[in-house]
Amino acid sequence: MNNPQLNKHGELQHLLTTEGLPVDIVRDILDRAATFVDVSDGREIKKVPLLHGKSVFNMFFESSTRTRTTFEIAAKRLSADVVNLNIGASSTSKGETLLDTVDNLCAMHADMFVVRHAQSGAAHFIARHVAPDVHVINAGDGRHAHPTQALLDMFTIRHYKKEFHNLRVAIVGDVLHSRVARSQIHALTTLGVPEVRVIAPKTLLPAMVENLGVQVYHDMAQGLHDVDVVLMLRLQNERMQGAALPSAQEYFKYYGLTEEKLARARPDAIVMHPGPMNRGIEIDSRVADGTHSVILSQVTFGIAVRMAVMSMLAGAK
Amino acid sequence: MNIQIKNGRLIDPKNSIDAVCDVFIAAGRIAATGAAPKGFVAEKVIDANGLIVAPGLIDLAARLREPGYEYMATLESEMEAAVAGGITSLACPPDTDPPLDEPGLVEMLKHRARNLNQAHVYPVAALTSGLKGQELTEMAELADAGCVAFSQADAPLTDTRVLMRAMQYAATFGFSVWLRPQDSFLAKNGVAHDGEVATRCGLPAIPVCAETIALATMLSLARETGVKLHICRLSSAAGVELIRTAKQQGLAVTCDVSVNHVHLSEMDIGFFDPNCHLIPPLRSLRDRAALRAGLVDGTIDAICSDHSPVDEDVKQLPFAEAEPGATGLELLLPLVLKWAGEDKLALSDALAKATLRPAQILGLDAGHLSVGATADVCVFDPDAYWKVAPGALKSQGKNTPFNGHEVQGRVRYTLVNGKLVYQA
Repeated sequence: MNNPQLNKHGELQHLLTTEGLPVDIVRDILDRAATFVDVSDGREIKKVPLLHGKSVFNMFFESSTRTRTTFEIAAKRLSADVVNLNIGASSTSKGETLLDTVDNLCAMHADMFVVRHAQSGAAHFIARHVAPDVHVINAGDGRHAHPTQALLDMFTIRHYKKEFHNLRVAIVGDVLHSRVARSQIHALTTLGVPEVRVIAPKTLLPAMVENLGVQVYHDMAQGLHDVDVVLMLRLQNERMQGAALPSAQEYFKYYGLTEEKLARARPDAIVMHPGPMNRGIEIDSRVADGTHSVILSQVTFGIAVRMAVMSMLAGAK
Repeated sequence: MNIQIKNGRLIDPKNSIDAVCDVFIAAGRIAATGAAPKGFVAEKVIDANGLIVAPGLIDLAARLREPGYEYMATLESEMEAAVAGGITSLACPPDTDPPLDEPGLVEMLKHRARNLNQAHVYPVAALTSGLKGQELTEMAELADAGCVAFSQADAPLTDTRVLMRAMQYAATFGFSVWLRPQDSFLAKNGVAHDGEVATRCGLPAIPVCAETIALATMLSLARETGVKLHICRLSSAAGVELIRTAKQQGLAVTCDVSVNHVHLSEMDIGFFDPNCHLIPPLRSLRDRAALRAGLVDGTIDAICSDHSPVDEDVKQLPFAEAEPGATGLELLLPLVLKWAGEDKLALSDALAKATLRPAQILGLDAGHLSVGATADVCVFDPDAYWKVAPGALKSQGKNTPFNGHEVQGRVRYTLVNGKLVYQA
């Protein structure tokens, strides 16, 4: 099986998942992103012409405000023309098939698709069917992958911790349903993080998760002991209906991140969250707004990382 | 028409024949094997030099999609595919629209099939009305109309009291009940085996215990009611073990496996190949090995195609949304041969799983070439290699996980009732 995200020159053709992404490409994205942080922060005019004349279509089959907005800002700062399609509310409800939608947008000479879809594998599916000069960026597919989120998390970790090879990282929460967690795990192991932990009750962990290269903990105090980075996951309310958890209150008591639990981690530990946060369910406000939190930096870096990915794809042959 | 099939290697599992030997057909039946019967004059001679002459294949699960799903496949297209695959008898599950739950529907299907004059069609009727799992169908009437067994296809039957009553009623008349074991609560929304691949791909999963829990229930109720139980599409090592134990304890249960599960595992899903979205889900390599071992030791009686032709529009979707199933009629024989080759089995033993054994499960005097038997014959070239390409399939369903695979074995002649119905 060929890696569907690389072209025959080994360059990034699509960004679909962090799994199997060559470490050189990951580092390249992070390095490029560092140059774009300056574009966003330091300059009067926050634009570079790298995607001038290119069309980026944001295809969101599932609603999202933040991710769509950051992709839009990233594309605009690269001088691309951006078209936002809220497809959940248009063609599919009129019975158009996903492939017809994709074909139609290809016919409008799109250069890049940013895709979010509720089904795992949707981005792979679209990437298989687009014209050869069109690039697909996965902005989240079902429970499968959210590679730009994981890459911006890696960027944030590198910003604060400099290196990966000496870190202990814990991912806390609903790993079973989380595309973010899967992409984080692959990115962390690719970058050589020696110890990746997942902390969750058994109902929120997928089968054989340890085969992804993580250590499994069910107890926060043990799992957070001496970690350098805490990656919190969002808990969806519907987990209570599916009998995965008894109540939000009990979840917060045993798996919510509080200052007391965070005290088990290293004194210079950083706390991250992909947003949007459920304060008082997976994270206490004092931690979210506290000195260990780098959650807002993640958002800022997210734009730079998405600019890096788009510019790299646009440069591929 | 009197037909002589000469110089072929005759493989007839029932009569333990595996030798170069002529076959003589007269009046739709096997007149003799070996030497010609007295006064036999062949009107047609088939030279089977280098070919294998075997009983026509008998497929326990072939969806013909009629009535109701003609956009996916029609009787015409699928019956042609069947004989091109050397299949001379097939059982079709009741999951049509409407389901096969009324004698009239069954009679119409049988009538349509008979007019096509190809493979024999044996409808399996719905066990419950509308496959809803609530009320029993008119089983005796359906049997009179020509149904050979009763099944829920892939529809759940969650009410165990209804299941027990259905078995008791079927047992009253000596009817067979065919069930696919899957606990519908544990399988809810699931599309892949609850293992490494589903975890990596983030696909909603179906645990093995969904199969074993349902299987344990079915086996207990079969013991209780004495019904003739046939288990469809076993998928897991633990499932094989439960059947093995039940058989050792003397329960007269039979079971089958789909040929897809003999060859594929969860690993074949790769990057979300919708052609590998099957029911039951493809499980681990360990499970596949156990299914193969179960076939060899007789725990699993038969291999079927589980033929499910699916329209391109409903298959070309993200994995979970894609309609499950694979086309299989034309791949059953090559894949049985491939299995025999890989596991170094005698061809006769392998072919028995798709001829003699399914005939016995269906209660038919078929699947063999004894003198006097109906002349349903498959003549194939075991050394012909071909590449599976959707365009090359006669079935209207082009959906196959074996797309691009090289397989071995091409049917050259298929005879039904002593009539040549396919030639290539």
